[in-house]
Amino acid sequence: MPRREDLKSVMVIGSGPIVIGQACEFDYSGTQACRVLKAEGLRVILVNSNPATIMTDPEFADATYVEPITPEVVERIIAKERPDALLPTLGGQTALNTAMALHYNGALERYNVELIGADVEAIERGENRERFKEIVAKIGAESARSAICHTLDEVFAAVDDLGYPVVVRPSFTMGGAGSGFAYNAEELATIAGAGLQASPTTEVLLEESILGWKEYELELMRDRNDNVVVVCSIENIDPMGVHTGDSITVAPSLTLTDREFQKMRDVGIEVIREVGVDTGGCNIQFAINPQDGRMIVIEMNPRVSRSSALASKATGFPIAKIAARLAIGYTLDEIPNDITKETPASFEPTLDYIVVKVPRFAFEKFPQADDRLTTHMKSVGEAMAMGRNFTEALQKALRSIEKKEAIFSWPAEKSDVNISELLTEMAIPRDGRLNQVQVALWAGASLESVFEATKIDPWFLAQIQLINQIADEVRAANELDLPLLRKAKRHGFADTQIAQLRNVDAAAIRALRHELGLRPVYKTVDTCAAEFAAKTPYHYSAYDTETEVVARNKPAVVILGSGPNRIGQGIEFDYSCVHASMTLRQAGYETIMINCNPETVSTDYDTSDRLYFEPLTLEDVLEVIHAEQAAGEVLGVICQLGGQTPLGLAQDLKDAGIPILGTTPEAIHAAEDRGAFGDVLEAANLPAPKFGMATSFDEAKAIAAEIGYPVLVRPSYVLGGRGMEIVYSEDALAGYLEKATEINPGRPVLVDRFLDDAQEIDVDALFDGTEMYLGGVMEHIEEAGIHSGDSACSLPPATLGRSEIERIRQSTEAIARGVGVRGLLNVQFALSADVLYVLEANPRASRTVPFVSKATAVPLAKAAARIALGESIADLRAAGVLPKTGDGANLPAGSPIAVKEAVLPFGRFQGVDTVLGPEMKSTGEVMGIDDNFAAAFAKAQLGASSNALPKSGVVFVSMADRDKRSMIFPVKRLADLGFEIHATSGTAEVLLRHGVQAKVVRKASEGVGPNGEPTIVDEILDRKVDLIINTPHGVDSRDDGYKIRTAAVLRGIPSITTAPGLGAVVQGIEAAIAGNMSVHSLQEYAERINAARAAGE
Amino acid sequence: MHKPAVMVFEDGRVFHGVEFGAVGTTFGEAVFSTGMSGYQETLTDPSYHRQVVIMTAPHIGNTGMNSVDGESEKIWVSGFVVREPSLVVSNWRAETSLDEELKAAGVVGIAEVDTRAITRHLRETGAMRVGIFSGEAATASESELLQQVLASPKMQGADLTADVTTPVSYVVPAVGEKRYQIAAVDLGIKDMTPEMMAQRGIEVHVVPANISAEELLEIGVDGVFFSNGPGDPGTANHARDLAQAVLTAKRPFFGICFGNQILGRALGFGTYKLKYGHRGINQPVQDRKTGKVEVTAHNHGFAVDAPLTGESQTDFGRVVVSHVCLNDDVVEGLECLDVPAFSVQYHPEAAAGPHDSAYLFDRFVELMDGAR
Ligand SMILES: Nc1ncnc2c1ncn2[C@@H]1O[C@H](COP(=O)(O)OP(=O)(O)O)[C@@H](O)[C@H]1O
Ligand SMILES: Nc1ncnc2c1ncn2[C@@H]1O[C@H](COP(=O)(O)OP(=O)(O)O)[C@@H](O)[C@H]1O
Ligand SMILES: [Mg+2]
Ligand SMILES: [Mg+2]
Repeated sequence: MPRREDLKSVMVIGSGPIVIGQACEFDYSGTQACRVLKAEGLRVILVNSNPATIMTDPEFADATYVEPITPEVVERIIAKERPDALLPTLGGQTALNTAMALHYNGALERYNVELIGADVEAIERGENRERFKEIVAKIGAESARSAICHTLDEVFAAVDDLGYPVVVRPSFTMGGAGSGFAYNAEELATIAGAGLQASPTTEVLLEESILGWKEYELELMRDRNDNVVVVCSIENIDPMGVHTGDSITVAPSLTLTDREFQKMRDVGIEVIREVGVDTGGCNIQFAINPQDGRMIVIEMNPRVSRSSALASKATGFPIAKIAARLAIGYTLDEIPNDITKETPASFEPTLDYIVVKVPRFAFEKFPQADDRLTTHMKSVGEAMAMGRNFTEALQKALRSIEKKEAIFSWPAEKSDVNISELLTEMAIPRDGRLNQVQVALWAGASLESVFEATKIDPWFLAQIQLINQIADEVRAANELDLPLLRKAKRHGFADTQIAQLRNVDAAAIRALRHELGLRPVYKTVDTCAAEFAAKTPYHYSAYDTETEVVARNKPAVVILGSGPNRIGQGIEFDYSCVHASMTLRQAGYETIMINCNPETVSTDYDTSDRLYFEPLTLEDVLEVIHAEQAAGEVLGVICQLGGQTPLGLAQDLKDAGIPILGTTPEAIHAAEDRGAFGDVLEAANLPAPKFGMATSFDEAKAIAAEIGYPVLVRPSYVLGGRGMEIVYSEDALAGYLEKATEINPGRPVLVDRFLDDAQEIDVDALFDGTEMYLGGVMEHIEEAGIHSGDSACSLPPATLGRSEIERIRQSTEAIARGVGVRGLLNVQFALSADVLYVLEANPRASRTVPFVSKATAVPLAKAAARIALGESIADLRAAGVLPKTGDGANLPAGSPIAVKEAVLPFGRFQGVDTVLGPEMKSTGEVMGIDDNFAAAFAKAQLGASSNALPKSGVVFVSMADRDKRSMIFPVKRLADLGFEIHATSGTAEVLLRHGVQAKVVRKASEGVGPNGEPTIVDEILDRKVDLIINTPHGVDSRDDGYKIRTAAVLRGIPSITTAPGLGAVVQGIEAAIAGNMSVHSLQEYAERINAARAAGE
Repeated sequence: MHKPAVMVFEDGRVFHGVEFGAVGTTFGEAVFSTGMSGYQETLTDPSYHRQVVIMTAPHIGNTGMNSVDGESEKIWVSGFVVREPSLVVSNWRAETSLDEELKAAGVVGIAEVDTRAITRHLRETGAMRVGIFSGEAATASESELLQQVLASPKMQGADLTADVTTPVSYVVPAVGEKRYQIAAVDLGIKDMTPEMMAQRGIEVHVVPANISAEELLEIGVDGVFFSNGPGDPGTANHARDLAQAVLTAKRPFFGICFGNQILGRALGFGTYKLKYGHRGINQPVQDRKTGKVEVTAHNHGFAVDAPLTGESQTDFGRVVVSHVCLNDDVVEGLECLDVPAFSVQYHPEAAAGPHDSAYLFDRFVELMDGAR
């Protein structure tokens, strides 16, 4: 059946901000969908509040709405665009839930929009755990025994029969939000309480625990002719109990006989049929009892999921692309296999390699968080690697994750290892459990004992034993000969690991390896194990005999990606890399992408001319370049777009004789090295906060005394604001140095003067050596002291004056010149007492590049890539890549105003304080864009959390003394708007003096009153409060604030923790009440800006 | 364990690896199988007689061997090529390990070779003879080894039925009530086939390939089945004659794999050798009647040469191609319109492989019902 002719326009909903459990895999799937639908000649209308996504690039849709993904807003867009159909299965749970809401509130019917790709009943059947279990039973398969509960009473009734431990799982949530194991009654009460809260249908499922069973996933696709294929099987190395998103997983499944696998496949197919997903992809999870093979169906996701992205990258079968085609009427046999071109998509990929995925966690940023891995997903990113055997893939994946500790290493003496301690620790899954397993096995723990402790399949444990055994051989050998070295490399050992074992440096091992002519070959991901020729150069390295890299005739540019998502380095950097690839391909170069993040667009096999799915380590990158140099001319490597990861490789690559395109390693050093950068600033006489390096407490004390408290202290050897703290006194300084960090001559501590009440400003600019293009000036909402990545900001700057912007322009240009930037530069300023301090400069694409590009309708990353290859800003202006005149800091009148807001993961880490600081904690961001600041800010808030702006109800206020002044007007305004104000005594007093009646509420520390007056924490837990305004007080009552904020997170009540934030939120609430928020597409805004610019010329 | 072994192809290409399974020398037709699961079924499938099987999946042997999943009494492959033999056996049903079984069966293998390079080589140059040499044998010079390979028999023109067929008839009783009795001509039959029939109330009499037509029709009261098997269908003249007798008697006829080629020949079509064959469990086959696509298990190096579209006139009336492989348009099934006969080139009994095509056994039952 060919494509439906009745569809002319389709709306695609994205997944919104990057949050734990819903990351850029949905940008990958959504981008694929948009590409396909456009190619099919359909009008594509896209809604996604996340500006960092590729999909929201104007060229991927006909109308791109960067607006909050709420039923109300999406309905407005529907009313305006009148699409024929809505495709909801590619934007994760967010899109699915929004589509369901639009169905139930009648909007889809009103505007007769057809849901394609999944129908409401099917979604219900798949997502509602109760109905799903009925289906599983109907087809004669098994689910875990369970009971659906809507109240805590029902919960306790049910557990009597199921027994402890019991699993609590809410319906209609993603990433296991609100779920967990309860081992006793108290735990059950808390988890089930939160679960009922998390579920949009206040419904939780209590379930018999099957901890320790083998866990599997199948990715299936079905078309309207009822053709079904299983695209990929994934086996979780971490057994049942650890969320698949947090598990180390392998594809294909490795420990099932054909009979067991086919049984699983049969059940999977019957499930997808019975649920009625009639076109598209779905993901089904299974558990298998290792003792007797008993199989249990865990759940299904009737949509493209995180695992489908993984499966697509693992197999080369583009699930989202094909799902989009199926949705508009094609059948699997009508769709050609992209990779072989000749064969159809109606087959099942077969792998002749092994794929391993390793999650990346961020617990170091949330010290108070519970770091045990459970049914509730906690990882913030992942890396994938491929090899020709499991050991090779596993070790590559472990070094792809870019955490030193994750790479297998070997203590000096086996006797140093406390095996029994390790066995006890590994029984509780945490980040790094596999390393405990490896060391324990190495030290002599029996395979059985490790299996008992972890329930990790013995097959995998034996593979780790093999790695250990090779490590011993490498260490023991008196000479590292070719056979031994080859063996080690064949099993994934990095030069650095071998070096560690031999007590030499990695360079020596590399030299020896090259001398012996031992280099990896590059195999191809082709979906068919070489049965047919592959037309797409999608490669991975392996120590094998035959390479498949073919000769090139065009000059090539290597682009280094940003590796696994982590807090501080996420999708924004992938955006820049993809843009570089797109523009350089147009400019006639061949682009070669190296990256290891399966969630991204950059690792889609048709984003670049060639894709190498490889770890971003010096060794792996050098080998790829060597292989490509053998295939044709390689101009050099672009290191400035993938964030800190490639930036850190630049010098070593240059030392190895590889040309670095754009900003040179020397220039990078000039910006990154505190001392060198200090000289740059001095030369340009630009002020920076006074600072000093301390190698002992006394030095630190002296420096602090000299520059004056408060000071900002941080270890000098970490990035991303790690371990940064603001200390207000000498005691606090002592405290910090004790707990937070070690201090010694080897590990000095940076002590900066902390600029109080300073206005922070972020700038992204392009520099070509002579001319600067100021991409945009962002004014932060929160004051300096809150990490740029966590604070909201506006572009154009909401309050900065012409002269200030002029100073920023001059300072930025001076820095660009002084540092010697060729391409992108990001500078952070702090404006304090009319002095413009420079906080730092990053000689690379920054987190805000996509935001700036979209807010000003200028593709900064593309321009940067072209500059790196020698074009000048003048050329780019002439070529129309940059505007003919003007820049992002003097946008023409009538341009829209855009606000970026950060999205924080506190909901995932209960008990963690939500107070923001100099250490970045956000996982993602949203953009609100409109004609005025208030409306744009309101949209940003709504995009970040749908209940961020209550229109009425109770506001609780408790301000630190230093903030009391700035609260008066906004709080007064809230009262005028009809909000009921509650406050703690001190705050209430001040308000009263200004004629604001506030009901005094007891602090938690005051306890329940004589006549049972509840404390504020009780009120919050009882949901009596709609908005919380609470800025951190001095140490004494910090604990009160902490209790308030964590209770707010537990109940999902918006809480504002900064004074400037308050002012903005009140404006936002006014805008929301006024309801005068327009919906315009980026294309419309771009037209407006360009028209205005043209008029100005 | 890690003693050297070498693999020499008839075109002179050489791959070095290590000993695996039995030590010694073996020859056969080199073929690759892309199934990621089911090595035990593959090893014990008589269709692989005289073939050296290269597994494209890197890790083989993980789930060991058990006494249930085998498709016949013994391992039939003449050689086995894998990249990574399993270090341990991990499966609740496992009884022995792959390596033990290969040694016990005296099957010479080789491991740690670049199986993907070998597969690409076969894809580009076509199936060919190969020799595996380990232990003493591996010490000879490559040119010497090549001579040995060139001296070994070819698959083209090989009549292997006699090697694989059962010497005496045996009966697989119907599960539950017996509703039909058929004769299954054993050209190298897999155990799963009679089992699938038995589950449908069929009592299956598996008979030797050299059976006479009279006897065959006598036993095959309700129908006759022609099984899969090794060798060149062009040589299987007796089987062809038997098939023609069944068609003349208008006795319900069902054939699988080799049986499909036999039906093809009985109808007067030719057969030919594919460049490198279909061996795997992920092949898309379209049922021309319903337009539906089945993911199917394949193991064939030869195919029937019949017109893909329209009806062909034969001595037994009109015939259509009922199934085609969507990868390369190879004939995957035949259906007679004027006599009760049909066959498929692939494996509805799966083992190893997906169960999408099990419905074909029901078609056979319907055919027998219709004939009553
Ligand atoms: N009954 C159970 N016993 C033990 N672990 C379970 C059980 N059910 C689910 N899990 C674990 O919890 C994880 C999340 O459960 P799942 O149903 O997949 O929720 P989500 O929708 O968040 O993916 C699973 O990956 C599995 O490891
Ligand atoms: N001297 C200072 N005074 C006030 N705030 C500062 C100062 N230095 C840094 N900050 C705050 O800390 C945040 C992180 O510091 P920064 O140097 O940008 O580290 P990172 O490398 O993590 O971006 C900044 O965004 C800013 O809000
Ligand atoms: Mg799940
Ligand atoms: Mg910064």
